[in-house]
Amino acid sequence: MIPVQFDYLAPTSVEEALAALVEHGDEAKILAGGQSLLPVLRLRLNAPELVIDLGKIDSLRGVRDEGDAIVIGAMTPHAQVQTDPLVAEHAAVLHEAVQHLADVQIRHRGTLGGALAHADPAGDMGAPALALDAQFVIAGSSGTRTVDAQDFFVDLFETAIGEDEILTEIRIPKHTGWGAHYEKFVRVAHQWPIVAVAATVRLDGDTIAEARIGLTNMGSTPLRARAVEDALAGQPATEDAVRAAAAHATEGTNPPSDLNGDADYRSHLAGVLTRRAVLAAIGR
Amino acid sequence: MTATQERPADVQAEIGRDRRRKEDQRLITGRTRWTDNLQLNGMLHLAMVRSPFPHATITNIETSAAKDTTNVVAVLTGKDFGEELGVCINAWPITPDQKTPAHSPMPADRVAFAGEIVAVVVARTAAEARDAAELVEVDYEELPAALELKAAAAADENGGAIAHPDLGTNKSALWVFDSGEAGTGGDVEEAIASARTDGIVIEREYRQQRLIPAFMEPRSVVVDPTGEQLTMWSATQIPHILRFALAATTGVPESKIRVIAPDVGGGFGGKLQATPEEWITWAVARRLGKPVKYTETRSESLISAHHGRDQWQKLTLAAQKDGTVTGLKVELLADLGAYVALVGGGVPVLGAFMFNSIYKFPAYHFACQTVLTNKTWTDAYRGAGRPEATFAIERIMDELAVEVGVDPLEVREKNWIKHEEFPFTTVAGLEYDTGNYEAATERAKEMFGYDDLRAEQKRRREANDPVQLGIGISTFTEMCGLAPSRVLGSLDYGAGGWESATIRMLATGKVEVVTGSSAHGQGHETAWSQIVADRLGVAFEDIEVLHGDTQVSAKGLDTYGSRSLTVGGEALVRAADKVIEKARPVAAHMLEASVDDLEFTGGRFSVRGTDQGVAIGEIATAVFAAHDLPDGMEPSLDSEATYDPVNFSFPHGTHLCAIEVDTETGALKIRKYVCCDDIGTIINPLIVAGQIHGGLVQGIAQALWEEAVYDENGTLVSGSFVDYLLPTAADTINFDIDHTTSPSTTNTLGTKGVGEAGTIASTPAVVNAVVDAIRHFGVTDIQMPCTPERVWKAVNGGTHGGTEDTEGAAMPHFDEAEPGNSSTEGAGA
Repeated sequence: MIPVQFDYLAPTSVEEALAALVEHGDEAKILAGGQSLLPVLRLRLNAPELVIDLGKIDSLRGVRDEGDAIVIGAMTPHAQVQTDPLVAEHAAVLHEAVQHLADVQIRHRGTLGGALAHADPAGDMGAPALALDAQFVIAGSSGTRTVDAQDFFVDLFETAIGEDEILTEIRIPKHTGWGAHYEKFVRVAHQWPIVAVAATVRLDGDTIAEARIGLTNMGSTPLRARAVEDALAGQPATEDAVRAAAAHATEGTNPPSDLNGDADYRSHLAGVLTRRAVLAAIGR
Repeated sequence: MTATQERPADVQAEIGRDRRRKEDQRLITGRTRWTDNLQLNGMLHLAMVRSPFPHATITNIETSAAKDTTNVVAVLTGKDFGEELGVCINAWPITPDQKTPAHSPMPADRVAFAGEIVAVVVARTAAEARDAAELVEVDYEELPAALELKAAAAADENGGAIAHPDLGTNKSALWVFDSGEAGTGGDVEEAIASARTDGIVIEREYRQQRLIPAFMEPRSVVVDPTGEQLTMWSATQIPHILRFALAATTGVPESKIRVIAPDVGGGFGGKLQATPEEWITWAVARRLGKPVKYTETRSESLISAHHGRDQWQKLTLAAQKDGTVTGLKVELLADLGAYVALVGGGVPVLGAFMFNSIYKFPAYHFACQTVLTNKTWTDAYRGAGRPEATFAIERIMDELAVEVGVDPLEVREKNWIKHEEFPFTTVAGLEYDTGNYEAATERAKEMFGYDDLRAEQKRRREANDPVQLGIGISTFTEMCGLAPSRVLGSLDYGAGGWESATIRMLATGKVEVVTGSSAHGQGHETAWSQIVADRLGVAFEDIEVLHGDTQVSAKGLDTYGSRSLTVGGEALVRAADKVIEKARPVAAHMLEASVDDLEFTGGRFSVRGTDQGVAIGEIATAVFAAHDLPDGMEPSLDSEATYDPVNFSFPHGTHLCAIEVDTETGALKIRKYVCCDDIGTIINPLIVAGQIHGGLVQGIAQALWEEAVYDENGTLVSGSFVDYLLPTAADTINFDIDHTTSPSTTNTLGTKGVGEAGTIASTPAVVNAVVDAIRHFGVTDIQMPCTPERVWKAVNGGTHGGTEDTEGAAMPHFDEAEPGNSSTEGAGA
């Protein structure tokens, strides 16, 4: 488990990191916690010449309130996201999901931006980010741009981040008062989810005003279950209504098959877990 | 024997005491000597080049690019070595006509499994060796590979691929036991025929999936050829056996070989092996005359360290209509993998004596066909043959209960050996010395709340609750204390089963205990100290236990098969008693008394009826000085004993498991797990609890999580811990454990062994619970591991959870190719 030799750079500013990226192009890899990159290197699945560690850029860490949104620095460790009061109040489904991400050690090393940029469709952070309509702030040498969540995830391990760009912040519109639940299905606790569902719901009395549903590991990217959302909107907050809506969970999905379950089983799970996630989110 | 263990009332007996383990501080903090921590002057490092193909001819190996790399010292292939490379040996040819493929540690011409070593790179650092290994170019010509066990077994008939074409067949050996022929019981075919007309015949086929021992410390080996002796440090369970095997196969005299197993991080049978890696490291060190180290990666460990289990088990059980069993027929196919490993085919043979378990079968037939395939070799894994047997019999006893229409505990009780019937000679020919199945079961039921849980199960079933409850039972026994040498001889095993102990009384009154069993996590240092402390009446803290170095512990047969305490512990007791007898005349001399007037209690010889006495430590000092010893007295109290057991020991227990099955998803949740084990006398309850808890988790893991899966290309799909699912503490519950005690009669202390009990017992308890929860859906079996997918499909499709082997791909969490946004990748999970 010895990686191929590489150079290591730990810049202290985003500008410095971008300059290194421009200089080294696709010979460089970004290290943002290392909970996936280091196994990749140690298994020799990849052999970059330069590893750029963002861990010393203080400005990329932390959570702040920006009025109608909270902004989470890309290098904020999961453990900090997990305990941050702003996240708990305004982005409850992210708060719920991160509790279940891997294990304590990984939550202390791994970062929110790193997990999202890695874009593993089985990763726990993509579905909540989608459900919360997160925006991804991406810095390049010519300035920053903002990408909506629905455009961020492109394919398996592929995002909208360009070769010479860095994900710096995740902006999450406040979902204050929304009910939330992350329903994760695993065989052992530290496993990637076989399927998971992130649900956040705004109730208006006994009616579901709006619902946002994100699916984990039901395709080559995290997915929004928009058919479920549409079916839920305006419905009474009852088990029957939720059950009927959850039947749409597999629309637009293309789940994988592996040792933990084939595509049909995952499709079945998606329906059950969606129903459970929404019911938990509305406290039913 | 006049030695007694009575000590003054204010001194607590060590045996039976919850001593924290002496060795844990250094082991847990990592401040210890693992093999990979060793650094020797001028030491070189190895990296292995392994075949990606399960079966192929090696047509060319181009090593020049690797050789030209900075700090690479040598690149060697099988062709570069002669006989000095030695061979990997099979110590247990189970039949005289067993087909045993030649097994070079590094074959020059043909590879037989994916992961087999074809070249070794030697460099000044491990990183440089690894880098250069990627530059070795090997040309292969692929051969058809024998992969799936049943297909490989049928290759003679269907013209399928042959794992070793020179053998002409995949069938290695057929081992048969028949109670009619052995005179231990009746004819099973008669019993089955009779039951077909007027009784019950149950036929079932069970799959024992392939497992990976997955010890915590990867294997590592260092060889130093620069001294007068060649020294090998290895993360092994068997330093003594290694020394013998190195001498026997590499031409180095045994007296020139020292093998050291320093602190070893677990084995579970997985380090009961003479490995190609050890032999190659040995040969390279001798060739270059320099110390050499090889430490495997976890990936290498998973594909090349031996696997366990991997059987198809066909059982035919005959019974009367009331559930009284009349016969059992067992037909096994056992996958050896590519080679017959050290114990190899012997593992399923060990199971032959255990299928009848605690039940009074009047007729028994067992046949095991071992089969060669182009997969990683298999050998001992915690329980070794006995978990497989226990699983099958405990599963089919549940089926019998269903057939008869009674509670599964009732059908067991009807058939088990009653406690007043011990000693009992079984239909497999073993004599069970002690046991009390009634007592253990009664206690387990009480702890479990059996009747309440059955009532809840009924309620849930009647209410059509989406979450159903199942109760699983396993009333197991096992044979431990491997092994009486005569029995091993009768089974054609290549060695004996004795164990050795030495006690050295130091001048300062401290004690060194040398044991021939080689601990690798069991806690020998602590338990052995407790035994000697009681026996000699010295302080626990004053005892040092030494093991694992053939120069310190010259004689031994190492640790496996729950043998250390029952066999090694008895050797220890006998050595201690010899020390006392040697000290007695010295004590008499010092006290100016007759030996007949002395008694030994609490570590002190005293003259009966007086307050005169002398402690054993004082005697040791006097013997060291030797100024005033009795005439003709040897100035030494040191003593050695070697003990060959007269019989196995037979721990048993009743395990009860309640599982909730979410019928909507197939998810399983262990609600309660209770076990009452009779393991004889307990030396250290804390260590026993650790063995039980760990064993339970390992057995539960076979039932629910673990499986080594190969794809159609012969590649191990579950080749990392992403896909080979090991449980952690987060996946377990709090186990309720207790004990009943019927001491073993085969050793002075009355111990039976506990290292494998939890693993053997728990697997069928869990699967029985799963099936019990959903039997009303028409489910009669779920193949292990009982994944939620299999359970859900069984609930929805009825009958079987599939009898086909697992297929599927690994989860692709670590991207190999450069994706579009290659520059960014970070924390995941």
